[in-house]
Amino acid sequence: MATDTPTNSEFRYMGHAMPYLPREGCTGKLIVIEGTDGCGRSTQAVLLKEWLEVQGYAVIDTGWTRSKLVGKAITDAKEGHSLHRLTYCLMYATDLADRMEYQIIPALRSGFIVLADRYIYTLLARGVARDANKQWLRDLFSFAVQPDLVFYLQLGVEDLVPRVLEAGKMNYWESGLDMNWGDDLYDSFVAYQTELIQQFNGLSEEFGFHAVDARQEPRAIQRQLRRAVMGYLDSCHYSAPGAIPTER
Amino acid sequence: MDSLLAPHNFPGKLIVVEGIDGSGKSTQLQLAMRYLQAKGLPVFFTEWNSADLVKTVTKKGKKKMSLTPMTFSLLHATDFAHRLVHNILPPLKAGMIVLADRYIYTAFARDVIRGCQRDWVRGVYSFAPRPDRTFYFNVPIDVSVSRLVSGRSKLKDYEAGMDLALAPDLISSFKVFQGRILNEYANITAEYGLTEIDATQSIGEQQRIVRNFIDQTLEDYRIAPVQQAVEQ
Repeated sequence: MATDTPTNSEFRYMGHAMPYLPREGCTGKLIVIEGTDGCGRSTQAVLLKEWLEVQGYAVIDTGWTRSKLVGKAITDAKEGHSLHRLTYCLMYATDLADRMEYQIIPALRSGFIVLADRYIYTLLARGVARDANKQWLRDLFSFAVQPDLVFYLQLGVEDLVPRVLEAGKMNYWESGLDMNWGDDLYDSFVAYQTELIQQFNGLSEEFGFHAVDARQEPRAIQRQLRRAVMGYLDSCHYSAPGAIPTER
Repeated sequence: MDSLLAPHNFPGKLIVVEGIDGSGKSTQLQLAMRYLQAKGLPVFFTEWNSADLVKTVTKKGKKKMSLTPMTFSLLHATDFAHRLVHNILPPLKAGMIVLADRYIYTAFARDVIRGCQRDWVRGVYSFAPRPDRTFYFNVPIDVSVSRLVSGRSKLKDYEAGMDLALAPDLISSFKVFQGRILNEYANITAEYGLTEIDATQSIGEQQRIVRNFIDQTLEDYRIAPVQQAVEQ
Protein backbone atom coordinates (compact mmCIF):
# COMPACT_ATOMS: atom_id res chain seq x y z
CA MET A 1 0.00 0.00 0.00
CA ALA A 2 1.06 3.58 -0.53
CA THR A 3 2.72 5.29 2.36
CA ASP A 4 0.82 7.85 4.33
CA THR A 5 2.59 10.31 6.58
CA PRO A 6 0.35 12.45 8.74
CA THR A 7 1.43 14.63 11.66
CA ASN A 8 0.80 13.77 15.29
CA SER A 9 -2.83 14.63 15.82
CA GLU A 10 -3.96 13.39 12.41
CA PHE A 11 -5.31 9.96 11.76
CA ARG A 12 -3.53 7.65 9.34
CA TYR A 13 -5.00 5.87 6.37
CA MET A 14 -4.02 2.30 5.56
CA GLY A 15 -2.83 3.57 2.17
CA HIS A 16 -4.66 5.98 -0.07
CA ALA A 17 -6.24 8.99 1.55
CA MET A 18 -9.61 10.57 0.99
CA PRO A 19 -7.94 13.86 0.01
CA TYR A 20 -11.05 16.00 0.38
CA LEU A 21 -11.52 15.18 4.07
CA PRO A 22 -9.93 17.21 6.86
CA ARG A 23 -7.85 15.04 9.15
CA GLU A 24 -6.44 17.39 11.74
CA GLY A 25 -7.63 17.45 15.32
CA CYS A 26 -8.14 13.73 15.47
CA THR A 27 -8.04 12.89 19.15
CA GLY A 28 -10.02 9.63 19.25
CA LYS A 29 -8.86 6.03 19.06
CA LEU A 30 -9.91 3.19 16.80
CA ILE A 31 -10.00 -0.22 18.43
CA VAL A 32 -10.84 -3.29 16.36
CA ILE A 33 -11.90 -6.77 17.38
CA GLU A 34 -11.40 -9.36 14.66
CA GLY A 35 -11.91 -13.08 14.46
CA THR A 36 -13.88 -15.72 12.59
CA ASP A 37 -17.51 -16.62 13.13
CA GLY A 38 -18.25 -18.06 16.54
CA CYS A 39 -15.17 -16.71 18.34
CA GLY A 40 -17.25 -14.63 20.76
CA ARG A 41 -16.29 -11.34 19.19
CA SER A 42 -19.59 -9.50 19.53
CA THR A 43 -20.05 -10.50 23.17
CA GLN A 44 -16.59 -9.18 23.97
CA ALA A 45 -17.23 -5.95 22.10
CA VAL A 46 -20.40 -5.28 24.08
CA LEU A 47 -18.64 -5.95 27.40
CA LEU A 48 -15.67 -3.80 26.45
CA LYS A 49 -17.87 -0.89 25.42
CA GLU A 50 -19.79 -1.00 28.71
CA TRP A 51 -16.61 -1.10 30.71
CA LEU A 52 -15.01 1.79 28.81
CA GLU A 53 -18.13 3.88 29.32
CA VAL A 54 -18.04 3.17 33.05
CA GLN A 55 -14.47 4.50 32.95
CA GLY A 56 -15.80 7.69 31.41
CA TYR A 57 -14.72 7.14 27.82
CA ALA A 58 -17.19 8.02 25.09
CA VAL A 59 -17.52 5.01 22.79
CA ILE A 60 -19.32 4.40 19.54
CA ASP A 61 -19.52 0.93 18.11
CA THR A 62 -19.54 0.03 14.45
CA GLY A 63 -19.56 -3.09 12.31
CA TRP A 64 -20.13 -4.36 8.79
CA THR A 65 -23.40 -3.67 6.95
CA ARG A 66 -24.39 -1.02 9.45
CA SER A 67 -24.16 1.89 7.01
CA LYS A 68 -27.31 3.81 6.22
CA LEU A 69 -26.42 3.80 2.55
CA VAL A 70 -25.94 0.13 1.65
CA GLY A 71 -26.36 -1.91 4.84
CA LYS A 72 -29.75 -3.17 3.80
CA ALA A 73 -28.80 -3.56 0.15
CA ILE A 74 -26.01 -5.97 1.14
CA THR A 75 -28.34 -8.03 3.29
CA ASP A 76 -30.90 -8.14 0.46
CA ALA A 77 -28.30 -9.09 -2.14
CA LYS A 78 -26.97 -11.88 0.09
CA GLU A 79 -30.54 -13.06 0.58
CA GLY A 80 -30.86 -13.49 -3.18
CA HIS A 81 -27.36 -15.00 -3.51
CA SER A 82 -26.76 -12.55 -6.36
CA LEU A 83 -23.28 -11.39 -5.41
CA HIS A 84 -20.18 -12.16 -7.42
CA ARG A 85 -16.86 -11.88 -5.57
CA LEU A 86 -16.20 -8.50 -7.18
CA THR A 87 -19.58 -7.01 -6.32
CA TYR A 88 -19.40 -8.62 -2.88
CA CYS A 89 -16.13 -6.87 -2.04
CA LEU A 90 -17.15 -3.58 -3.66
CA MET A 91 -20.43 -3.39 -1.78
CA TYR A 92 -18.66 -3.98 1.51
CA ALA A 93 -16.16 -1.28 0.57
CA THR A 94 -19.07 1.09 -0.08
CA ASP A 95 -20.50 0.21 3.31
CA LEU A 96 -17.19 1.00 4.99
CA ALA A 97 -16.69 4.27 3.07
CA ASP A 98 -20.13 5.47 4.14
CA ARG A 99 -19.50 4.58 7.80
CA MET A 100 -16.00 6.04 7.60
CA GLU A 101 -17.22 9.44 6.48
CA TYR A 102 -20.45 9.72 8.43
CA GLN A 103 -19.51 7.86 11.60
CA ILE A 104 -15.94 6.73 12.21
CA ILE A 105 -13.93 9.80 11.18
CA PRO A 106 -16.33 12.32 12.76
CA ALA A 107 -16.22 10.31 15.99
CA LEU A 108 -12.43 10.13 15.95
CA ARG A 109 -12.25 13.87 15.38
CA SER A 110 -14.54 14.39 18.38
CA GLY A 111 -12.32 12.35 20.66
CA PHE A 112 -14.42 9.17 20.82
CA ILE A 113 -13.18 5.64 21.10
CA VAL A 114 -14.50 3.83 18.05
CA LEU A 115 -14.97 0.14 18.72
CA ALA A 116 -15.23 -1.87 15.51
CA ASP A 117 -16.67 -5.36 15.59
CA ARG A 118 -14.73 -6.65 12.56
CA TYR A 119 -12.83 -4.39 10.17
CA ILE A 120 -11.14 -4.54 6.77
CA TYR A 121 -9.19 -7.68 7.75
CA THR A 122 -12.41 -9.70 7.64
CA LEU A 123 -12.95 -8.56 4.07
CA LEU A 124 -9.32 -9.17 3.11
CA ALA A 125 -9.72 -12.73 4.42
CA ARG A 126 -13.13 -13.34 2.84
CA GLY A 127 -12.02 -11.80 -0.45
CA VAL A 128 -8.92 -13.97 -0.75
CA ALA A 129 -10.99 -17.02 0.23
CA ARG A 130 -13.23 -16.09 -2.73
CA ASP A 131 -10.22 -15.93 -5.00
CA ALA A 132 -10.23 -12.16 -5.40
CA ASN A 133 -6.82 -10.69 -6.20
CA LYS A 134 -4.91 -9.90 -3.01
CA GLN A 135 -3.35 -6.66 -4.21
CA TRP A 136 -6.68 -5.49 -5.60
CA LEU A 137 -8.34 -6.04 -2.21
CA ARG A 138 -5.65 -4.09 -0.41
CA ASP A 139 -5.84 -1.19 -2.82
CA LEU A 140 -9.62 -1.21 -2.59
CA PHE A 141 -9.70 -1.01 1.20
CA SER A 142 -6.66 1.27 1.51
CA PHE A 143 -8.87 4.27 2.33
CA ALA A 144 -9.61 2.74 5.73
CA VAL A 145 -8.29 4.58 8.75
CA GLN A 146 -5.45 2.67 10.39
CA PRO A 147 -6.61 1.21 13.71
CA ASP A 148 -4.73 1.97 16.91
CA LEU A 149 -5.26 -1.49 18.33
CA VAL A 150 -6.43 -4.74 16.72
CA PHE A 151 -7.47 -7.70 18.83
CA TYR A 152 -7.67 -11.09 17.18
CA LEU A 153 -9.80 -13.65 18.96
CA GLN A 154 -8.03 -16.72 17.73
CA LEU A 155 -9.76 -20.06 17.41
CA GLY A 156 -8.84 -23.27 15.58
CA VAL A 157 -11.34 -24.80 13.19
CA GLU A 158 -11.84 -27.75 15.58
CA ASP A 159 -13.10 -25.36 18.28
CA LEU A 160 -15.03 -23.15 15.93
CA VAL A 161 -17.16 -25.81 14.23
CA PRO A 162 -19.07 -27.03 17.30
CA ARG A 163 -19.68 -23.43 18.43
CA VAL A 164 -21.20 -22.34 15.17
CA LEU A 165 -23.25 -25.53 14.90
CA GLU A 166 -24.58 -24.95 18.38
CA ALA A 167 -25.56 -21.39 17.53
CA GLY A 168 -27.36 -22.66 14.43
CA LYS A 169 -25.38 -20.29 12.24
CA MET A 170 -24.06 -22.67 9.62
CA ASN A 171 -25.76 -20.73 6.82
CA TYR A 172 -25.15 -20.21 3.13
CA TRP A 173 -22.59 -17.42 3.37
CA GLU A 174 -20.75 -18.57 6.48
CA SER A 175 -20.32 -21.90 4.75
CA GLY A 176 -18.95 -20.25 1.62
CA LEU A 177 -21.52 -22.04 -0.52
CA ASP A 178 -21.30 -19.20 -3.07
CA MET A 179 -17.95 -20.63 -4.10
CA ASN A 180 -19.37 -23.98 -5.16
CA TRP A 181 -16.79 -26.04 -3.29
CA GLY A 182 -19.33 -28.79 -3.06
CA ASP A 183 -22.97 -29.22 -2.21
CA ASP A 184 -22.36 -30.60 1.24
CA LEU A 185 -23.04 -27.79 3.72
CA TYR A 186 -20.78 -29.20 6.43
CA ASP A 187 -17.80 -29.97 4.19
CA SER A 188 -18.02 -26.58 2.56
CA PHE A 189 -18.33 -24.87 5.93
CA VAL A 190 -15.22 -26.57 7.30
CA ALA A 191 -13.20 -25.88 4.15
CA TYR A 192 -14.26 -22.23 4.09
CA GLN A 193 -13.63 -21.56 7.78
CA THR A 194 -10.27 -23.33 7.58
CA GLU A 195 -9.29 -21.04 4.74
CA LEU A 196 -10.48 -17.96 6.67
CA ILE A 197 -8.50 -18.92 9.77
CA GLN A 198 -5.42 -19.38 7.65
CA GLN A 199 -5.91 -15.94 6.15
CA PHE A 200 -6.48 -14.37 9.58
CA ASN A 201 -3.35 -15.97 10.99
CA GLY A 202 -1.33 -14.56 8.11
CA LEU A 203 -2.85 -11.09 8.55
CA SER A 204 -2.24 -11.26 12.29
CA GLU A 205 1.45 -11.73 11.71
CA GLU A 206 1.67 -9.12 8.99
CA PHE A 207 -0.25 -6.36 10.78
CA GLY A 208 0.80 -7.22 14.33
CA PHE A 209 -2.58 -8.09 15.83
CA HIS A 210 -2.90 -8.56 19.54
CA ALA A 211 -3.88 -12.26 19.47
CA VAL A 212 -6.03 -13.62 22.28
CA ASP A 213 -6.78 -17.31 22.80
CA ALA A 214 -10.54 -17.45 22.27
CA ARG A 215 -10.90 -20.90 23.86
CA GLN A 216 -10.73 -19.26 27.28
CA GLU A 217 -13.68 -18.34 29.45
CA PRO A 218 -15.40 -15.12 28.23
CA ARG A 219 -14.47 -13.38 31.51
CA ALA A 220 -10.82 -14.30 31.12
CA ILE A 221 -10.81 -13.00 27.56
CA GLN A 222 -12.44 -9.77 28.68
CA ARG A 223 -9.83 -9.28 31.40
CA GLN A 224 -7.08 -9.60 28.82
CA LEU A 225 -8.75 -7.13 26.49
CA ARG A 226 -9.24 -4.59 29.29
CA ARG A 227 -5.66 -4.85 30.43
CA ALA A 228 -4.36 -4.34 26.90
CA VAL A 229 -6.71 -1.43 26.21
CA MET A 230 -5.76 0.28 29.48
CA GLY A 231 -2.09 -0.22 28.80
CA TYR A 232 -2.46 1.29 25.38
CA LEU A 233 -4.57 4.27 26.47
CA ASP A 234 -2.15 5.01 29.31
CA SER A 235 0.83 4.79 27.00
CA CYS A 236 -0.59 7.51 24.75
CA HIS A 237 -1.89 9.62 27.66
CA TYR A 238 -5.45 9.30 26.51
CA SER A 239 -7.35 9.70 29.73
CA ALA A 240 -11.00 9.55 30.60
CA PRO A 241 -12.55 12.60 32.26
CA GLY A 242 -13.30 10.82 35.52
CA ALA A 243 -12.01 7.31 35.67
CA ILE A 244 -13.73 5.25 38.33
CA PRO A 245 -11.65 2.48 39.85
CA THR A 246 -13.00 -0.87 38.70
CA GLU A 247 -11.89 -4.43 38.41
CA ARG A 248 -9.03 -4.74 35.93
CA MET B 1 -6.58 -11.32 -12.75
CA ASP B 2 -7.60 -9.50 -15.91
CA SER B 3 -5.56 -6.39 -16.28
CA LEU B 4 -5.82 -3.10 -18.05
CA LEU B 5 -2.19 -3.39 -18.97
CA ALA B 6 -2.40 -6.46 -21.16
CA PRO B 7 -4.70 -7.43 -24.02
CA HIS B 8 -7.44 -9.86 -23.03
CA ASN B 9 -7.49 -13.43 -24.34
CA PHE B 10 -11.18 -13.75 -25.13
CA PRO B 11 -12.27 -14.62 -28.66
CA GLY B 12 -14.60 -11.59 -28.81
CA LYS B 13 -13.74 -7.93 -29.24
CA LEU B 14 -14.46 -5.05 -26.90
CA ILE B 15 -15.08 -1.65 -28.47
CA VAL B 16 -15.76 1.31 -26.20
CA VAL B 17 -16.92 4.90 -26.65
CA GLU B 18 -16.10 7.61 -24.13
CA GLY B 19 -16.72 11.35 -23.93
CA ILE B 20 -18.67 13.94 -21.98
CA ASP B 21 -22.45 14.28 -22.24
CA GLY B 22 -23.39 15.83 -25.55
CA SER B 23 -20.26 14.63 -27.32
CA GLY B 24 -22.34 12.49 -29.65
CA LYS B 25 -20.68 9.22 -28.58
CA SER B 26 -23.93 7.27 -28.25
CA THR B 27 -25.06 8.31 -31.73
CA GLN B 28 -21.74 7.17 -33.16
CA LEU B 29 -21.89 3.84 -31.36
CA GLN B 30 -25.43 3.27 -32.61
CA LEU B 31 -24.32 3.85 -36.21
CA ALA B 32 -21.30 1.58 -35.74
CA MET B 33 -23.63 -1.12 -34.45
CA ARG B 34 -25.80 -0.87 -37.58
CA TYR B 35 -22.66 -1.16 -39.69
CA LEU B 36 -21.51 -4.33 -37.95
CA GLN B 37 -24.97 -5.89 -37.91
CA ALA B 38 -25.35 -5.25 -41.64
CA LYS B 39 -22.10 -7.17 -42.13
CA GLY B 40 -23.72 -10.09 -40.35
CA LEU B 41 -21.42 -9.93 -37.32
CA PRO B 42 -22.58 -10.93 -33.82
CA VAL B 43 -22.87 -7.70 -31.85
CA PHE B 44 -23.70 -7.10 -28.20
CA PHE B 45 -24.53 -3.60 -26.95
CA THR B 46 -24.12 -2.51 -23.32
CA GLU B 47 -24.32 0.84 -21.55
CA TRP B 48 -23.47 2.01 -18.05
CA ASN B 49 -26.96 2.10 -16.66
CA SER B 50 -27.51 1.19 -13.06
CA ALA B 51 -28.14 -2.51 -12.54
CA ASP B 52 -30.88 -3.49 -10.12
CA LEU B 53 -28.25 -4.43 -7.56
CA VAL B 54 -27.41 -0.83 -6.70
CA LYS B 55 -30.05 1.18 -8.53
CA THR B 56 -32.26 1.86 -5.49
CA VAL B 57 -29.24 2.69 -3.34
CA THR B 58 -27.82 5.16 -5.85
CA LYS B 59 -31.21 6.77 -6.35
CA LYS B 60 -31.79 7.15 -2.64
CA GLY B 61 -28.29 8.50 -2.05
CA LYS B 62 -28.60 11.03 -4.85
CA LYS B 63 -32.00 12.18 -3.69
CA LYS B 64 -30.79 12.76 -0.15
CA MET B 65 -27.50 14.21 -1.45
CA SER B 66 -25.77 11.89 1.01
CA LEU B 67 -23.31 10.40 -1.47
CA THR B 68 -19.68 11.33 -0.86
CA PRO B 69 -16.96 11.18 -3.53
CA MET B 70 -15.89 7.79 -2.16
CA THR B 71 -19.32 6.20 -1.91
CA PHE B 72 -20.29 7.67 -5.28
CA SER B 73 -17.20 6.07 -6.78
CA LEU B 74 -17.64 2.71 -5.03
CA LEU B 75 -21.32 2.39 -5.89
CA HIS B 76 -20.53 2.96 -9.54
CA ALA B 77 -17.67 0.47 -9.32
CA THR B 78 -20.07 -2.10 -7.84
CA ASP B 79 -22.47 -1.40 -10.65
CA PHE B 80 -19.70 -1.70 -13.22
CA ALA B 81 -18.52 -5.02 -11.76
CA HIS B 82 -22.07 -6.34 -11.98
CA ARG B 83 -22.34 -5.19 -15.59
CA LEU B 84 -18.94 -6.69 -16.42
CA VAL B 85 -19.81 -10.07 -14.97
CA HIS B 86 -23.29 -10.20 -16.49
CA ASN B 87 -23.15 -8.20 -19.73
CA ILE B 88 -19.57 -7.88 -20.90
CA LEU B 89 -17.61 -11.03 -20.05
CA PRO B 90 -20.19 -13.58 -21.28
CA PRO B 91 -20.52 -12.15 -24.83
CA LEU B 92 -16.73 -11.60 -24.97
CA LYS B 93 -16.18 -15.24 -24.05
CA ALA B 94 -18.80 -16.30 -26.58
CA GLY B 95 -16.80 -14.50 -29.27
CA MET B 96 -19.15 -11.57 -29.86
CA ILE B 97 -18.28 -7.97 -30.61
CA VAL B 98 -19.18 -6.05 -27.47
CA LEU B 99 -20.01 -2.37 -27.96
CA ALA B 100 -19.85 -0.48 -24.68
CA ASP B 101 -21.23 3.00 -24.18
CA ARG B 102 -18.89 4.26 -21.44
CA TYR B 103 -16.34 2.12 -19.65
CA ILE B 104 -13.91 2.57 -16.78
CA TYR B 105 -12.42 5.78 -18.22
CA THR B 106 -15.66 7.53 -17.36
CA ALA B 107 -15.01 6.67 -13.72
CA PHE B 108 -11.32 7.61 -13.96
CA ALA B 109 -12.30 11.11 -15.09
CA ARG B 110 -15.38 11.70 -12.94
CA ASP B 111 -14.19 10.25 -9.63
CA VAL B 112 -10.88 12.09 -9.71
CA ILE B 113 -12.68 15.39 -10.32
CA ARG B 114 -14.92 14.60 -7.35
CA GLY B 115 -11.82 14.25 -5.19
CA CYS B 116 -10.78 10.58 -5.13
CA GLN B 117 -7.12 9.71 -5.54
CA ARG B 118 -6.05 8.95 -9.09
CA ASP B 119 -4.11 5.77 -8.16
CA TRP B 120 -6.85 4.50 -5.93
CA VAL B 121 -9.53 4.75 -8.63
CA ARG B 122 -7.27 2.97 -11.13
CA GLY B 123 -6.64 0.24 -8.59
CA VAL B 124 -10.33 -0.26 -7.90
CA TYR B 125 -11.00 -0.91 -11.59
CA SER B 126 -7.93 -3.01 -12.27
CA PHE B 127 -10.09 -6.11 -12.70
CA ALA B 128 -11.52 -4.77 -15.97
CA PRO B 129 -10.22 -6.20 -19.25
CA ARG B 130 -8.52 -3.75 -21.61
CA PRO B 131 -10.72 -2.80 -24.58
CA ASP B 132 -9.52 -3.60 -28.09
CA ARG B 133 -10.43 -0.07 -29.12
CA THR B 134 -11.62 2.96 -27.17
CA PHE B 135 -12.89 6.01 -29.01
CA TYR B 136 -12.77 9.30 -27.17
CA PHE B 137 -15.12 11.90 -28.63
CA ASN B 138 -13.54 15.23 -27.86
CA VAL B 139 -15.86 18.22 -27.92
CA PRO B 140 -15.61 21.77 -26.52
CA ILE B 141 -17.96 22.49 -23.61
CA ASP B 142 -20.02 25.09 -25.45
CA VAL B 143 -20.82 22.68 -28.26
CA SER B 144 -21.88 19.97 -25.82
CA VAL B 145 -24.05 22.37 -23.80
CA SER B 146 -25.86 23.70 -26.85
CA ARG B 147 -26.48 20.12 -28.01
CA LEU B 148 -27.84 19.12 -24.62
CA VAL B 149 -30.00 22.17 -24.07
CA SER B 150 -31.55 22.08 -27.54
CA GLY B 151 -31.87 18.34 -27.49
CA ARG B 152 -33.24 15.56 -25.41
CA SER B 153 -33.05 15.96 -21.72
CA LYS B 154 -32.79 18.25 -18.77
CA LEU B 155 -29.41 18.39 -17.10
CA LYS B 156 -29.22 16.32 -13.96
CA ASP B 157 -27.69 17.50 -10.69
CA TYR B 158 -24.90 14.95 -10.44
CA GLU B 159 -24.07 15.21 -14.18
CA ALA B 160 -23.55 18.90 -13.61
CA GLY B 161 -21.51 18.26 -10.45
CA MET B 162 -23.98 20.27 -8.37
CA ASP B 163 -22.84 18.30 -5.30
CA LEU B 164 -19.46 20.01 -5.58
CA ALA B 165 -20.88 23.52 -5.24
CA LEU B 166 -18.85 24.82 -8.16
CA ALA B 167 -21.42 27.35 -9.33
CA PRO B 168 -24.89 28.46 -8.27
CA ASP B 169 -26.86 27.43 -11.35
CA LEU B 170 -27.06 24.17 -13.25
CA ILE B 171 -25.63 25.36 -16.57
CA SER B 172 -22.59 27.16 -15.18
CA SER B 173 -21.93 24.28 -12.81
CA PHE B 174 -22.18 21.86 -15.72
CA LYS B 175 -19.66 23.93 -17.66
CA VAL B 176 -17.12 24.05 -14.85
CA PHE B 177 -17.54 20.37 -13.95
CA GLN B 178 -17.50 19.01 -17.50
CA GLY B 179 -14.61 21.33 -18.32
CA ARG B 180 -12.56 19.63 -15.62
CA ILE B 181 -13.63 16.26 -16.93
CA LEU B 182 -12.38 17.25 -20.39
CA ASN B 183 -8.95 17.97 -18.91
CA GLU B 184 -8.93 14.63 -17.15
CA TYR B 185 -9.99 12.85 -20.36
CA ALA B 186 -7.06 14.50 -22.15
CA ASN B 187 -4.66 12.91 -19.62
CA ILE B 188 -6.40 9.55 -19.86
CA THR B 189 -6.30 9.61 -23.66
CA ALA B 190 -2.54 9.96 -23.55
CA GLU B 191 -2.08 7.47 -20.69
CA TYR B 192 -4.13 4.65 -22.21
CA GLY B 193 -3.75 5.42 -25.92
CA LEU B 194 -7.42 6.11 -26.63
CA THR B 195 -8.42 6.90 -30.21
CA GLU B 196 -9.40 10.56 -30.22
CA ILE B 197 -12.14 11.71 -32.57
CA ASP B 198 -12.82 15.39 -33.19
CA ALA B 199 -16.49 15.47 -32.26
CA THR B 200 -17.12 18.87 -33.83
CA GLN B 201 -17.01 17.27 -37.27
CA SER B 202 -20.19 16.18 -39.05
CA ILE B 203 -21.81 12.97 -37.86
CA GLY B 204 -21.12 11.31 -41.20
CA GLU B 205 -17.46 12.28 -41.25
CA GLN B 206 -16.94 11.01 -37.70
CA GLN B 207 -18.65 7.74 -38.54
CA ARG B 208 -16.44 7.25 -41.60
CA ILE B 209 -13.36 7.54 -39.37
CA VAL B 210 -14.89 5.31 -36.68
CA ARG B 211 -15.71 2.56 -39.19
CA ASN B 212 -12.17 2.71 -40.55
CA PHE B 213 -10.71 2.15 -37.11
CA ILE B 214 -13.22 -0.61 -36.34
CA ASP B 215 -12.23 -2.41 -39.54
CA GLN B 216 -8.60 -2.29 -38.38
CA THR B 217 -9.52 -3.60 -34.94
CA LEU B 218 -11.47 -6.48 -36.44
CA GLU B 219 -8.73 -7.52 -38.88
CA ASP B 220 -7.84 -10.58 -36.80
CA TYR B 221 -11.39 -11.24 -35.66
CA ARG B 222 -13.02 -14.53 -36.64
CA ILE B 223 -16.61 -15.38 -35.88
CA ALA B 224 -16.20 -18.09 -33.32
CA PRO B 225 -19.01 -20.57 -32.89
CA VAL B 226 -20.01 -20.60 -29.23
CA GLN B 227 -18.80 -24.18 -29.00
CA GLN B 228 -15.25 -23.07 -29.74
CA ALA B 229 -15.37 -20.56 -26.94
CA VAL B 230 -16.59 -23.27 -24.58
CA GLU B 231 -13.61 -25.49 -25.42
CA GLN B 232 -11.02 -22.80 -24.69
